[in-house]
Amino acid sequence: MYKNSMRLEFPASSDNERFARTVAAAFILELDPTVDQLSEIKTAVSEAVTNSIIHGYDNEYGSVTMEGSIFDDTVEFVISDDGAGISDIRRAREPLFTGKPEMERSGMGFTIMEAFMDSVEVESEVGKGTRVTMSKRISG
Amino acid sequence: MELYLSGKYRALVVRVAGELDHHAAAGIKESVDREMARTGAVNIAFDLGAVTFMDSSGIGMIMGRSKITSALGGRVIVYGASDNIKRIISMSGLNRLVTVAESLEDGLKEAVCNV
Ligand SMILES: Nc1ncnc2c1ncn2[C@@H]1O[C@H](COP(=O)(O)OP(=O)(O)OP(=O)(O)O)[C@@H](O)[C@H]1O
Ligand SMILES: [Mg+2]
Repeated sequence: MYKNSMRLEFPASSDNERFARTVAAAFILELDPTVDQLSEIKTAVSEAVTNSIIHGYDNEYGSVTMEGSIFDDTVEFVISDDGAGISDIRRAREPLFTGKPEMERSGMGFTIMEAFMDSVEVESEVGKGTRVTMSKRISG
Repeated sequence: MELYLSGKYRALVVRVAGELDHHAAAGIKESVDREMARTGAVNIAFDLGAVTFMDSSGIGMIMGRSKITSALGGRVIVYGASDNIKRIISMSGLNRLVTVAESLEDGLKEAVCNV
């Protein structure tokens, strides 16, 4: 029963999107992922982190946390913010729904996370923040 | 990113390189919109051949540009995308709004001749 974990906290600025997904990719390397699995994990993490920056903090000051854990051949990432929160999580997760149509968002972030990870859980409270937990089994 | 005009097709060709996320999309959007206004192009062709990563921010950026070309009676062409990028393009339905092709020539043939 092998286990590893990490925690990363960074300011909500758009250049940290790349930083976070690169760290996520490095963290799962020990599981020997395929190129496609790496790309899927990077994309899903990027979606969650970008959401915290754009929607959680409205591109203003704030802090985003990414926690990763590995248990056997499964990786879990938790991305959380203390931002605006989501009032209707079910609607937010619908494909093509966006709360910011004026910003040229496609409303595909959650749909992509769901497609690329095995499970995606969203907890949120308006005015408190949002926490997205997603996991994926990596088998070579 | 590199931009050039194909005068014959009134198309702005945009060669994107590296990672197309929210951070990068903002800069691309600005340059493309400025060049569209300056050159009078009506079509935009995105060369994604050198894009190593793209997420929904890239989809949104391209969708936004296709609104601009539609208003001008033109079209957006996307070509050279990797399989991973093609996957999110079809998941989002972007392939129904823009012409997805293997090469610039194919894309222009398909899109511009039909406009
Ligand atoms: N961390 C968050 N804080 C507050 N609201 C959020 C958060 N994450 C998502 N949301 C809400 O859920 C909606 C849907 O998110 P999703 O990522 O699916 O689409 P989007 O971000 O609007 O567009 P895209 O991801 O395609 O650029 C957002 O528009 C926003 O209203
Ligand atoms: Mg999003």
